[in-house]
Amino acid sequence: MTAVFTPIGDQVKQDLQDTGPPLKDRGFRWMLFAGLSVGIITLVALLVFVFLEGYPRLTPTLWQNMPSIRFPEKAGAQSAIMGSIWVIVTTAVICMPVGVMAAIYLEEYGNPTRRFDRIVEINIQNLAAVPSIVYGILGLGVIARAFALGQTVITAALTLSLLVLPVVIISSREAIRAVPQSIRAGSLALGATRWQTIWKQVLPASIPGIATGAILALSRAIGEAAPLLLLGAVTFITFNPDGLMSSYTVMPIQIYNWISQSREEFQVLAAALCILLLAILLVMNAFAIYLRNKFQRRW
Amino acid sequence: MVKRELTNQMEEVEMSVEMGDQVLGSGTTAPARAAGVTKASRQVSDPVMDLQKVHVFYGDYEAVREVDLPIASREITAFIGPSGCGKSTLLRSFNRMNDLIPGARVEGKVLYHGVDIYGPDVDAIEVRRRVGMVFQKPNPFPKSIFDNIAYGPRVLGRSKKDMDGIVEQSLTRAALWDEVKDKLDESGMALSGGQQQRLCIARCIAVNPDIILMDEPCASLDPIATAKIEDLMRELAEDYTIVIVTHNMQQAARVADRTAFFTAEVDGQNVRHGRLVEFDLTEDIFLNPRRSTEDYISGRFG
Repeated sequence: MTAVFTPIGDQVKQDLQDTGPPLKDRGFRWMLFAGLSVGIITLVALLVFVFLEGYPRLTPTLWQNMPSIRFPEKAGAQSAIMGSIWVIVTTAVICMPVGVMAAIYLEEYGNPTRRFDRIVEINIQNLAAVPSIVYGILGLGVIARAFALGQTVITAALTLSLLVLPVVIISSREAIRAVPQSIRAGSLALGATRWQTIWKQVLPASIPGIATGAILALSRAIGEAAPLLLLGAVTFITFNPDGLMSSYTVMPIQIYNWISQSREEFQVLAAALCILLLAILLVMNAFAIYLRNKFQRRW
Repeated sequence: MVKRELTNQMEEVEMSVEMGDQVLGSGTTAPARAAGVTKASRQVSDPVMDLQKVHVFYGDYEAVREVDLPIASREITAFIGPSGCGKSTLLRSFNRMNDLIPGARVEGKVLYHGVDIYGPDVDAIEVRRRVGMVFQKPNPFPKSIFDNIAYGPRVLGRSKKDMDGIVEQSLTRAALWDEVKDKLDESGMALSGGQQQRLCIARCIAVNPDIILMDEPCASLDPIATAKIEDLMRELAEDYTIVIVTHNMQQAARVADRTAFFTAEVDGQNVRHGRLVEFDLTEDIFLNPRRSTEDYISGRFG
């Protein structure tokens, strides 16, 4: 038997010579990178533009003072910042338990072969894609009017909860699903009940994932203006909310209000508040990523 | 006669186990005991678990067909046979773990001390408290070693003050105490594979089951870790009834008192069903096997 391949002299060296990636390969790579740059350049341009515009007013007056129509140089956004905090904390308190409970049902008790559960599942996916203005209409019609909760913090929080609930459910389900079946089997084989297994094994193991998803969902809620505009978040308000039934405004709506003013000073104020809002979002997302990495577990 | 003595001894052991005492060598070391079993009768009298015409289905598919099998008390019973012959499926019907698989169902009777565990008013949770299970892949909980062991007793409502004792006793019985006593608060997942599996065995012992099911417990372990688990099984068989599924026939020959040989049979519709071919004392299975068993244990197929 002779070898199929008989190298002669420098033939092998020549054959194996690295001539670099072919032209097509390089071209394709650049094309993909160009796609990526569109996003990056836009983001960087946006940040730089907003920062340059709003920097002069990024002073403590921004969060120390109340809004003012007549004196832009003294105007601040304290009521909007406090309003955002009130609304988001209330939203978290409402949507997290509800979302996690729904996710546990779907993952641990639901049966994907049952028609009802499949319909629920598909609809949750769909709900996540419903435009936020539609939730605003729902909130206005049902929560503000039918439940007579009016134009209050609780109305906003309930509406935003509905808005982000699908996202919370979907991300919680993923976190719950990531807990291997062998953990459930191990627990059940020791004579634990289903509830004990979920409460003592599945939930503790999936809390980091659930928290990460919830924070990302809330960071979406904190930037929402459209549904709250419909709900009658008051665009000009000079006091902080003092309870769930209080009137309120939030940061995106304050930004919207200032941008629609004609005087140049208000544009600067709007940009400054934008920076603050972006910073808050960044901190929330960074915290979510930190949580995910710190508790990431390889099974 | 020997059988009678054994039974008496077992009752003693059972009593001391129930009183929560550590059982220290009741005069029988593993080899001596194995010799005793050799003389034991072929017939299993007063089985802990008795399968009568058991069929296991996944939906319409009949994975295991008509198995009659008694499990003798405080012995090791091994299930051997080629892949896909339903050994693990059958094992999982012993503690109703098949309940967790949608569409799985069991026909026939699985009698545990005479009670059909698939009876209408039987609580699967209560069954699993008495019939523990060790899985193929070690599955420690993502908790500390201490909490891994204490988990079972806690869900059963054992009081906090007993916990230190239960943990130490269980780990000692699983031959793991000396290796982990200084790091009980470290994660159980940080242990080596063999240690993890012994942790899982200790976790199982901690709830003091009657029967321990082991589904290929050494499949993911190296030979040294395997030898440790096998020694451990022989020791545990003094107090517990053990049923083990194994692909390793030497393992069955080494540890099991009785061996059941399963195979997959193809029926008229070209569908495979697991069947029990032969069940006997291990040495009889290996010394005087029936034809199909012989083909398997001598390596002609499987």
